[in-house]
Amino acid sequence: MSGIRTPEQELARFRSRLAVAGVVAVVCFALLAVRFFYLQVIRYDYYSTRAEDNRISLVPVVPNRGLILDRNGTVLARNYSAYTLEITPSKVADLDATIEALSKLVDIQPKDRRRLKKLMDESKSFESLPIRNRLSDEEVARFIAQRYRFPGVELKARLFRDYPMGSLGAHLVGYIGRINDRDLERIEENDDSANYRGTDHMGKAGLEKSYERELHGTTGFEEVEVDSGGRAVRGLRRTNATPGNNLILTVDLKLQEVVEKAFGNRRGALVAIEPGTGGILALVSVPTFDPNLFVDGIGAQDWDELNNSPDHPLVNRALNGAYPPGSTFKPFLALAALMSGKRTPGQAIADPGFYDFGGHHFRDDKPGGHGMVDMYRSIVQSCDTYYYRLANDMGIDLIASIMGQFGFGSRTGIDIEGESTGVLPSPEWKRKRFKRPEQQKWFGGETISIGIGQGYNAYTPLQLAHATATLAAGGVMYKPHLVKYIESAKDGSRRAIEPEPVKTIPIKPEHLETIRRAMVGVNKEGTGARAFAGAPYLAAGKTGTAQVFSLKGGKYSAKINERLRDHALFIAFAPADKPTIALAVLVENGGFGAQSAAPIARAVMDYYLLGKLPAGMAAEDPAAEGSTGDSGGD
Amino acid sequence: MTDFRFSFRKWLAGILSPLDGPLALIVLAILSFSTVVMVSASPDRLDTLAMNIGVAFVVMWIAARIPPQRLMSVALPLYVLGVLLLIGVALFGDVSKGARRWLNIGVARIQPSELMKIAMPLMLAWYFQSREGMLRVRDFFVAAALLLVPVGLIAKQPDLGTAILVAAAGFYVLFFAGLTWRLILPVALVGIVGVGAIVAMGDTICQPDVVWPGLRDYQKHRVCTLLDPTSDPLGKGFHIIQSTIAIGSGGVTGKGWGKGTQTHLDFLPERHTDFIFAVLTEEFGLAGALLLAVLYILLIFRGLFIAAGAPTLFSRLLAGALTLIFFTYAFVNMGMVSGILPVVGVPLPFVSYGGTALVTLCLGVGMLMSIQRHRRRVGT
Repeated sequence: MSGIRTPEQELARFRSRLAVAGVVAVVCFALLAVRFFYLQVIRYDYYSTRAEDNRISLVPVVPNRGLILDRNGTVLARNYSAYTLEITPSKVADLDATIEALSKLVDIQPKDRRRLKKLMDESKSFESLPIRNRLSDEEVARFIAQRYRFPGVELKARLFRDYPMGSLGAHLVGYIGRINDRDLERIEENDDSANYRGTDHMGKAGLEKSYERELHGTTGFEEVEVDSGGRAVRGLRRTNATPGNNLILTVDLKLQEVVEKAFGNRRGALVAIEPGTGGILALVSVPTFDPNLFVDGIGAQDWDELNNSPDHPLVNRALNGAYPPGSTFKPFLALAALMSGKRTPGQAIADPGFYDFGGHHFRDDKPGGHGMVDMYRSIVQSCDTYYYRLANDMGIDLIASIMGQFGFGSRTGIDIEGESTGVLPSPEWKRKRFKRPEQQKWFGGETISIGIGQGYNAYTPLQLAHATATLAAGGVMYKPHLVKYIESAKDGSRRAIEPEPVKTIPIKPEHLETIRRAMVGVNKEGTGARAFAGAPYLAAGKTGTAQVFSLKGGKYSAKINERLRDHALFIAFAPADKPTIALAVLVENGGFGAQSAAPIARAVMDYYLLGKLPAGMAAEDPAAEGSTGDSGGD
Repeated sequence: MTDFRFSFRKWLAGILSPLDGPLALIVLAILSFSTVVMVSASPDRLDTLAMNIGVAFVVMWIAARIPPQRLMSVALPLYVLGVLLLIGVALFGDVSKGARRWLNIGVARIQPSELMKIAMPLMLAWYFQSREGMLRVRDFFVAAALLLVPVGLIAKQPDLGTAILVAAAGFYVLFFAGLTWRLILPVALVGIVGVGAIVAMGDTICQPDVVWPGLRDYQKHRVCTLLDPTSDPLGKGFHIIQSTIAIGSGGVTGKGWGKGTQTHLDFLPERHTDFIFAVLTEEFGLAGALLLAVLYILLIFRGLFIAAGAPTLFSRLLAGALTLIFFTYAFVNMGMVSGILPVVGVPLPFVSYGGTALVTLCLGVGMLMSIQRHRRRVGT
């Protein structure tokens, strides 16, 4: 190139370079054309699908959750629509400043902030979380006017769950709460992920949890065209959601209320069952709590209060609490004795007021004893000595085998979760329960206290009521259940939950009659007579007192710590000849069963059989009078 | 009295006489296509677009009337002014989006790098013209120095896209002036091998802790997202992914005018400027893309034809370089939008919205026309 060339040479070289440039340009454009051909022809299907995917978004249409109603149509759980203000933390640059600015427009309490913090810890940052629920119309208007200032904050119309009865029946209804990671895992395991797109709450306890599948409904979908920001531009197609089914309960809420009122501020549980069906009429655990607190994530303060209370309001005592049955165990043991031939009704013992076994002195309640005691008197007067001896005669294996038939020590299979098994003591149980060999051995003396419902005996109030109902139904055991009908919210058609007989315990009618007569005697002339004085119906019952703390021969006094006092129990069914209700009551630290538990049973019977409300309630709620008439006739 | 009658045809012929017919028609065709696309992509910008086109045509017309000798005389002052302004930018420029590109001169904010796109080939063509007949190797080194000073200043702003375009413009002059193949081929070879190596080792060198010598983080990011757009689907890769989807989903005949879902649902970034080609191909398909490519090829061939017939070294070099600048713009833009080149801010010539770029391009076309028009009067 160096050296001088002629202009002709220069021009020739320039023109050849122009040609090179032209060729390069054509080659480059050909390269582009190949690329276009590849994208637009060869991979056309792929990219047009991608474009459609971009364009179309499936928006879930959340179904309305089913309602929960009692047997008379009183609503226990419902939905209402309201506006909620939601924040997506990942889209907000300065969360505190945003909340501060929002608080100028809508009322945001410290507890709202705390709840948001708690929710943020539990969820991912791209989820939208409520900062304020149930905005007033005025607050909605104020926010809308200023919404441009708040990217990442959205106003959403949402259905809220509401429990209009508040704490009444809270343990059986349960509550819903925000879906957390554990719930999500379960949803995925059940292959329900698609159905839960868009749902952010699900049942966490009680019926809300166990009937989640019925209540939730089927999520619908709407195909919408969206822009790159994910905002819906227009709807294309819609599959409507199928609302969840309604639950109609066997429970009589008024009865539930009678019970809760009758407990006052005492702790305890009551389960009332319809003997011929297994339908639960009332399932009470007191103290109770307000399920509305849980719907949007319970505040830290409320949670601490409920969770740390010595009264444990969140524990469902009826299912989860296991208590020694005390003397309420006696009618069952007596029946077991008849069934196994270890006793005849007329066979009597002379009660000296104690029973000695293996050098141990087992005392009767009544100093000096009950005198000559046959089976009838043993139940009516609750004679301990009779049962000490009976237990010894029967032996622990026989007791365990027959009592097990009544459902003691096994779950009843009720349609809500959280049931304890309780303890039906036996040498086998002891071997499994304890680790050290010296603890695993069963001692004969342990059998003696089993006879009066003490010792290792521990049953849930539900098991006790269940066994009582089985007794009342002549040995036919029905699975206890809370739901009577499942009602389709779409067409109102009802699907009945049929009574499910679990088994029939072979009991001779005359044996049954002996026990029934004795239990009627309890309420006529025995330990339950005071509570059932003047009842126009025939009620069978049995009192019970379960030792919490051994007094070692001492006597009760007011000085004893309230929490160490005995639990009071009562089981009953009525009308005795054709029972429509069977129940078990437990009053924690209530002292004698006759004193504190039996009157509650009386109130239940009076209301259920006669429609009679306790003095305090009738005046409060005159409208209730009408509905009670129906249920009394059931 | 005979010729006092106003003749519209004569007047029009007089007005149009500075323009080169074929070039004007090609540019007009591309601009019409651009307007059609713009109606769909950004209808509210049509007023400004019309104004921009008007101004650009006036600039083109004026440039076409300026004889090449006059252009030669402004080459040096324009270049010096451009370099001074670039130095000014480096010292006092306004910072926007992390880059110092604009200079506030009181009445307006200007981007001197834009001026350099024209001033650079002018300057180098002038330089080689002044050395005509006594060209030596060292002249190429002087030319390279003249080229590298402004390119370095622009790259420092940083504005890699413009720096590449200005460097390319200068390189084209050198190329046409006879830069030896012995120098071009090894560099091209190293470039090809280098790009090949980057593509092959994309996975390793794109690790976040690997620092690329001499390149800014965002430049590394652009190359890395080109190699694997899915590595950053919501950030830098979003542009490439979405424009590729737009092009691919256009198919052979396109989705139809105004029916591009990627365009109208806001998935395409910069849809009226740098990524307008994606709009065009989504709605007009492969057919539209090839039509545009053919128009560019025609433009380039007309430019090369003009260069071939140009009478002086200056006008030859200028015409050849200007033509290849159009080619570079078109190729780089379509390449980046279709995902074979990194995203650098290069507009699609005569199609992307943007007054400055359109005026610059039409100035270049005007110069080509001037060279074509004055090919006989000048010379020996």
